[in-house]
Parts: sequence; C-alpha cells; structure tokens
Amino acid sequence: MQLSHEHVRKVAALARLKVTDAEVESLLGDLTAILDYVGVLNDVDTTGVQPMVHAVELHDVLRQDTVAASLPRPEALDNAPRSDGEYFLVPTIIEG
Amino acid sequence: MSYDVIIGLEVHVQLQTQTKIFCGCSTMFNPDHPNVQTCPVCLGLPGALPVLNGHGFRLAVKTALGLNCQIAPYTKWDRKQYFYPDLPKGYQISQFDLPFSHDGHVDVEIAADAKSGKAASSRRVRILRAHMEEDAGKNMHDESGHGRDSKVDLNRAGTPLVEIVTEPDLRSSEEARRFLEELKLLLTYLDVSDCNMQEGSLRCDANVNLHVHQPDGSKVATPIVEVKNLNSFRFTEQAIEHEIARQWKWFQETGIKLGDKGGYKSTRGYNPDRGETYILREKEEAADYRYFPDPDLVPVLMSESQVAEIRREMPEAPALRRTRFESEYQLTGYDAAVIIDQGREFADYFEGVVKSCKDGKQAANWITQDVLREIKQREQTIAEFAVRPEVLGALLDRINQKQITIKSAREVFGELLSESDEQSAAPSVSRIDEIVAAKGLGIVEDAGAIDAAIAAVLGRSAKAIADFRGGNEKAIGALIGQVMKAVKGADPQTVKEKIIAAMSQL
Repeated sequence: MQLSHEHVRKVAALARLKVTDAEVESLLGDLTAILDYVGVLNDVDTTGVQPMVHAVELHDVLRQDTVAASLPRPEALDNAPRSDGEYFLVPTIIEG
Repeated sequence: MSYDVIIGLEVHVQLQTQTKIFCGCSTMFNPDHPNVQTCPVCLGLPGALPVLNGHGFRLAVKTALGLNCQIAPYTKWDRKQYFYPDLPKGYQISQFDLPFSHDGHVDVEIAADAKSGKAASSRRVRILRAHMEEDAGKNMHDESGHGRDSKVDLNRAGTPLVEIVTEPDLRSSEEARRFLEELKLLLTYLDVSDCNMQEGSLRCDANVNLHVHQPDGSKVATPIVEVKNLNSFRFTEQAIEHEIARQWKWFQETGIKLGDKGGYKSTRGYNPDRGETYILREKEEAADYRYFPDPDLVPVLMSESQVAEIRREMPEAPALRRTRFESEYQLTGYDAAVIIDQGREFADYFEGVVKSCKDGKQAANWITQDVLREIKQREQTIAEFAVRPEVLGALLDRINQKQITIKSAREVFGELLSESDEQSAAPSVSRIDEIVAAKGLGIVEDAGAIDAAIAAVLGRSAKAIADFRGGNEKAIGALIGQVMKAVKGADPQTVKEKIIAAMSQL
C-alpha cells in the first residue's frame, strides 16, 4: 500500500498528535518502511488457512466473580497529573 | 406528503455481577465515594492484565438467549480507540467483528387505544447483535460556566455491559417505549440486570429518521440522527417525538435528504427540561475507532452443550408465561399482562395462590385488585407482603367450598392484614378459620334460620314485593340485604333463590 502525506496526518490526528510538515515527511518514510517490512507476509500463500484471531492458543481464561481489594483512593489518584483528593481533575470537558 | 418513522435502538444493560468485567473491583453503585473501586486493570496502568469475569459472561449469554439470539461458538475481544477523560486506557474493550451473539428478536405487543380508535397490534423487533463491553467512568462537568475543571470518577469504569443493537424495525415512539418496557421485564425476569435506570443500569441510544413518501410512489430518507444517552423510557419517547417533528419540519424547509451535502448522519442529545434534542456533532464520515483484537485477552469458546446447560437454567420468559397463564388458568389477556408485568416474584405469587385454591380466575381477581392495591398502599414489594400465597389461596378455597362469602373473605383478608401490621408477623392458614369462627362469618346452611328471616323480612316489605312483581328486579337487593343482616354468613345466592321462591307462594 502506498502511504500518502494525508494518511500520516489522519493517523496523527486520530492519535491527537500535532505534527509539523517536516515530521510528516520523516514519519512517512518510517511508516512506509514498517509497512514494507510487514508486507513480506503478503507473499505467503494462505489459501485454505483459517484466519488467526489470536497469537496464543489459549481460550476461556476466566475469573471467579469474587470481589478483590481495590486500591486505596490516594494510591489510585497518585499517578494523575491533577486531582482534588477525591476525583481526577481534567480540563473542562465540552460535551460532545 | 406522508412519511414512515424508522427507529432502531442501541441499549446498554449493566449485568448483575459482584465484580467488574476484567478485574475484581466491586461494581457497587457508589457515587458518594468516588474512586474507591479501582485497581491497576480498570485504571489502565501499564502492565496490568485483564481477565474475563466468567459469571458475567454467562449472564451475557443468558441475556442473548432471552433475546432469541444465536450464540457464537467462538468470540473475541477488540479495542475500540477513542480519547475521553472517562476512558483511562485510551480504548474501550469491546467486541467488533465476532460478537458473542447475533440475530435474535423480541415481540412487542401494543395495546389498543380507545381514544384514537387504534387497534391492538404487535411488532417483531429483530436483534442485529448483542455484544459485551466495559463501561466507562463518569465525568462531572463544571456547570458554573466559569470553565473550571471537570471531575472524573472511575468507580464505574470496567462495569460489565451488554450492548443490544436492534434492526430499524420500530415505527413509532410508542413502539420504542413498549420495546424498552418488554426488554426490561425480560432482563429482570432472567435476573441478569436490575435495569435500574436512575443508576444507569439501562441506557438507550435511538437512531431516528423518516422515509418520506413521494408523489411517484418512491420514498426519500431524511438524515439519520442518533439521540444519545436516554436514561428513562419517558425521555426516550419524548426525544423521538421531538426528533420526528424536527426532521419533518427541516425536510419540508430544505428538502435535504440522507447523503446530500448537509445530510450526514449526526448525533444529538436530549434536554428533558426543554423537551428538545440538541446537536452534539455532525460527521461527514463514520468515527474511526481503529478496532483491533485485544492481545491481552484470549477468545471464549461456547459449545452447544454449554449453551444448552445455560438454557436449562433459564426461567420461563415473560412472553411465554403470559400466553401460558391465558391458556392454563383461563385468564384474560389483560389480567395475564397485569400479573406478568409486575415482575417475576409477583407472577410466582399468583401461581402459588392458584396452587392452593385451584381457581386461576378467582386468584387473578384478588391479586390484580386487592393484593395490588394493598402493596401499593403499603409501598411494599410482593415478597414483603404479609399474606403469603398459601394463606390467600386457602382463603379463596373457602369461598369456592362455599364456606364463606366473597364479602366475608374480604373481611378476613382485611383482618389478617391489620393483625400482621400490629404483630409484624405473617398470618397462618389456621388464623383464617379462627377469624371466621370468631366473627361468625361461616356460611349458614341452617335452612330454618334463613327461612324464618325471609318470612320476617317479607312480612314487613309489601312495597318492595310489589315493586319486584311490577318488574323492578332491583327491589330484591334490599330484601336480600335485610335477610343477610339477620343471618350473618348466609350465602347471598341461596338467599336470593329462597326469597324468589317465597314470594311466588305469597
């Protein structure tokens, strides 16, 4: 797949990253290299092979519905950039 | 020009688990103590690994079976990426292309409306899919308008939800409300969710648009609007009504149809105080959530025998039970619906009463009138109601055995209730007979006493007799009343027959 500058800008916008024109240029090169590398897999003939959904062949790993201790609130809030001791604080959210 | 209303719903239902979907934090509703039910998994801290709540998954399967859905033999988990402060990981764990269930239906009955002369109807609402996902936390916005910080409580983050997506099969706001009522009844019968709307256990998004009939017979669709986060049945109905009127007016003014420039799908909110929807966002293309399989979670397999096992545990669905009540106990559709719609415990109570009095009709009369009135007055649930089904059944059985009259039974019923209010203990069956004896309510089969009373009453009621003979059949009521007063516990039907016989021999 041929990656365009627009693709890079869109991916950056979806990830909420601000990128300069120069960065778009260099990211385009990096991302193209990554896609080309993974693209090698396209050469493999997968006719008749079931699509793989998960790399690990485990399934049905389940937990009992039993309450375990939660973090004390001070610890839960500890890594947040800002809190008021009860809530995480974030810049005003404009609904929508 | 006329139009058809096209409505599809997306309903989020909180499953009744003790713990969150992927961690052991409690799911208790706890808004007064924010951020005390979190851990590295639901906070999205690096390195934390989610593990699926097995009980929650079984409840989800039960839900889907109740919706007549197919259960997928193989299901997996995907990450839905978007940024919002109530979503700490930056993605929501959900299900994208392999949901655990799909292709079901719910039948909705819509009652006749005497006012508009509309006949009763029913609507089969197809379920496109039902999938599991985790809930987000709760944002609290500063409403002062001074641009202060918003607050985030993550107690709810990671609560297990089932999202139920219908096909656009609903054709009016009333049908949408009826669908939600039937869904709530089903989910509470199945014990999979408490459906408490105040606490957000059942939330609804409505997709609404119009298909406008053109003079040439074709139809033109108005732009689809998704009204988000409707948290009551009434608001859902009102929001849809407003949206229908708004879209119709807009279409007549602009002629803009779905897919035109300015005719993109948009998202709106509902303001119940103003009774209006308002724009949240307009999109030229679908949001890009960049779903991909969550590598932290492994797939879940459901064999046919596992599905069959869950199916065996399921109680009878309300719709089936309604039909069975009509055929097994000869109830009217109305009575059956009143009983079923009160919830599973109420319907169980009814069947308990029928079991001991063997008379469905009689039981239905008492339960839909006397019992319902009393529990409403006392603000009780049926489980808290003092007169237990075997006691009420025994009381009704005494009516059927012609031991007491219906009027006397009401007196005993009232007495049982006031005694239980005083002693806060549930009355026993033997107490019925004690009250009947103490108040002399037993039907008197002493023909001599009844005959004597009739003779006395007729002797002083020349006018009533004349009225009755003159064709006024109501006149006999007063005579029966006087005899009953004289002979407590006489069977009114017997008395009536005897009076008529006695009058013909005067």
